[in-house]
Amino acid sequence: MNAPLPNSLRQGPDSRGRFGQFGGRFVAETMMPLILEIERAYEAARRDPEFLKEWRLLLKDYVGRPSPLWHAARLSEHLRAANGGKGAKVYFKREELNHTGAHKINAVLAQILLARRMGRTRIIAETGAGQHGVATATACALFGLPCVVFMGATDVERQQPNVFRMKLLGAEVRPVTAGAGTLKDAMNEAMRDWVANIHDTYYCIGTVAGPHPYPAMVRDFQCVIGEESREQILAAEGKLPEALVCAVGGGSSAMGLFHPFLDDEGVAMYGVEAAGRGIDTPEHAASLNRGRPGVLHGNRTYLLQDAHGQIQEAHSISAGLDYPGIGPEHSWLHEIGRVTYVPATDDEALEAFQLCSRLEGIIPALESAHGLAYAMKLAPTLDNDAIVLLNLSGRGDKDIFTVAKHLGVAL
Amino acid sequence: MPGARIAARFAAVKAEGRGALVTYVQGYDPDPATSMALLRGLPGAGADLIELGVPFSDPMADGPSVQLAGQRALRAGGTLAGVLAMARDFRREDADTPIILMGYYNPILAYGAERFCTDAAESGVDGLIVVDLPPEEADELEGPASGAGLSLIRLVAPTTDDERLPRVLAGTSGFVYYVAIAGITGTRSASREALEGEIPRVRRHTDLPIAIGFGVRTPKPSAIGFGVRTPKPSAIGFGVRPPQQAAEAARIADGAVVGSALIDTLAASLDAEGRAKPDTVRRVLDQVRALAEAVRDR
Repeated sequence: MNAPLPNSLRQGPDSRGRFGQFGGRFVAETMMPLILEIERAYEAARRDPEFLKEWRLLLKDYVGRPSPLWHAARLSEHLRAANGGKGAKVYFKREELNHTGAHKINAVLAQILLARRMGRTRIIAETGAGQHGVATATACALFGLPCVVFMGATDVERQQPNVFRMKLLGAEVRPVTAGAGTLKDAMNEAMRDWVANIHDTYYCIGTVAGPHPYPAMVRDFQCVIGEESREQILAAEGKLPEALVCAVGGGSSAMGLFHPFLDDEGVAMYGVEAAGRGIDTPEHAASLNRGRPGVLHGNRTYLLQDAHGQIQEAHSISAGLDYPGIGPEHSWLHEIGRVTYVPATDDEALEAFQLCSRLEGIIPALESAHGLAYAMKLAPTLDNDAIVLLNLSGRGDKDIFTVAKHLGVAL
Repeated sequence: MPGARIAARFAAVKAEGRGALVTYVQGYDPDPATSMALLRGLPGAGADLIELGVPFSDPMADGPSVQLAGQRALRAGGTLAGVLAMARDFRREDADTPIILMGYYNPILAYGAERFCTDAAESGVDGLIVVDLPPEEADELEGPASGAGLSLIRLVAPTTDDERLPRVLAGTSGFVYYVAIAGITGTRSASREALEGEIPRVRRHTDLPIAIGFGVRTPKPSAIGFGVRTPKPSAIGFGVRPPQQAAEAARIADGAVVGSALIDTLAASLDAEGRAKPDTVRRVLDQVRALAEAVRDR
């Protein structure tokens, strides 16, 4: 992990866990001493060469890092051909090749190592698409720890392959029927379990949200994505990319890619929010484009909420983006204008999903397809020597049933 | 004077040689009229202080009973403004019973912290319990609350160690809400032995009255659950544990908070569509009467 410069956008959060006005520790008193304990344990672990060595070894030999950086030449040419020959080169950071098929495993392994250091013997997690649940179940299998994954009942329905995967890995999957039965409700229930089992349980949060230190900690553990990308693009092209693009739900894959580049002024960054059926309809998950600041799940951040402060249900074809909030650091980067947050609809994501499969032989996760949908809009606006680097955060095998259904195909 | 009604009530109860009965009901559960009738009936049934819950879509510290109450209240149109109006109506007829609003921070933020504190005080509210606002984050609300004369009542948990206690208690006024169990509301009970050890520990750090909550409930704790489930009607009447537990808690501390048990009774009285029946208010108030008798029975 590179040390940030004194005048850097990479110094946050402050000692209260805040990025500007966002972040913090909005949890019940019962949980507060535990949150402080995790912060202390994390601060010690990140400075411990042994901890980092063990994690790096797992990333290399178990996850298969570094993940490759792939020049998506056929896709780039396709976009140029439709645009009179003009358009940027598109690269994919191939997080989908990680063991378990997404970026989630990076931070999970580090958190499980931390839980072990803290003497915790039971792991809980929330999951939306199931990728974080699968990653957590995998790490728990590897370390022989009992694992309970909370998953919205709606998500259990639309992500059956991942549910079965988690069970095969020995985890218990608890469907949550509160609310709309999606990621938000799973997170509520995980927090309730945690507060009742504080003595032995570690809550492995899957994204850069929740009370401090989670947003900073998960980001730090995902920064391996951006650090590798930086080295790889310099080696391949001898320069940094003009633009980074990544889908944002909670925003862990995007934070991991963006953070190591935040101080590089020439690098534009685009976080792509799920626009569902459109950000001007009631059915989307665009917290930054259509929400306002509030407090949920332990942090202050942009939230989809009504005039009375009740949290609204998000909607996206992608279970992993179906969340009415976003990590607090993204809220800050949005407000200071360092990152531009743009929407991509269900339909745009579906189209990108199919195009990527046909042109590159890579079936992307529906989450990543949102990022790709915007990269496909952005590339034609840039010169031919420009580079757009997309975080292909996960693979789409888990989504084939959802996509088939939307395309009217019976499997 | 901040918290004058709260201090006066705890003093009066103490003069009677007993602990206070603090009852929790959620505003707008199951509908505004029933909820208002219940609120009006509480003092007469023996409630010494009233916690009035503000519905929130994501009550992370609450168990199934309060979650379901919140869903009913929201369906009935419950808002923070609506709950303030209930307090105002209540205060016109009752000058002495303290009202404490209990809920989560986001509806307050949406209302505006400053304006909320002013309006709450004008509505006759005496104190606030904001579950997800630990001392580390309370600065935004502390100023407006004390400016408006509202007590900010903090939660103290079994996990709050001696090193942390002074910090938590520093900004507390009115009374201390001792969370009896590390867990969510209405799912487990604390043992008497645990409470007998814990309450003196807290007392060493404060002169404020201490009320015990989160752990006073019905005999059959539901499994820690999730979701929209029809609550099993619990057989609550005279001689079951809540009155004894409440009496015990009120003896060990200065008061006992009963919430989930009352909500379970309310829920069990509703029809299949979740609507109040003619005896809904009476059944909940009967239970309050039993609890009030128990805390008075020395």
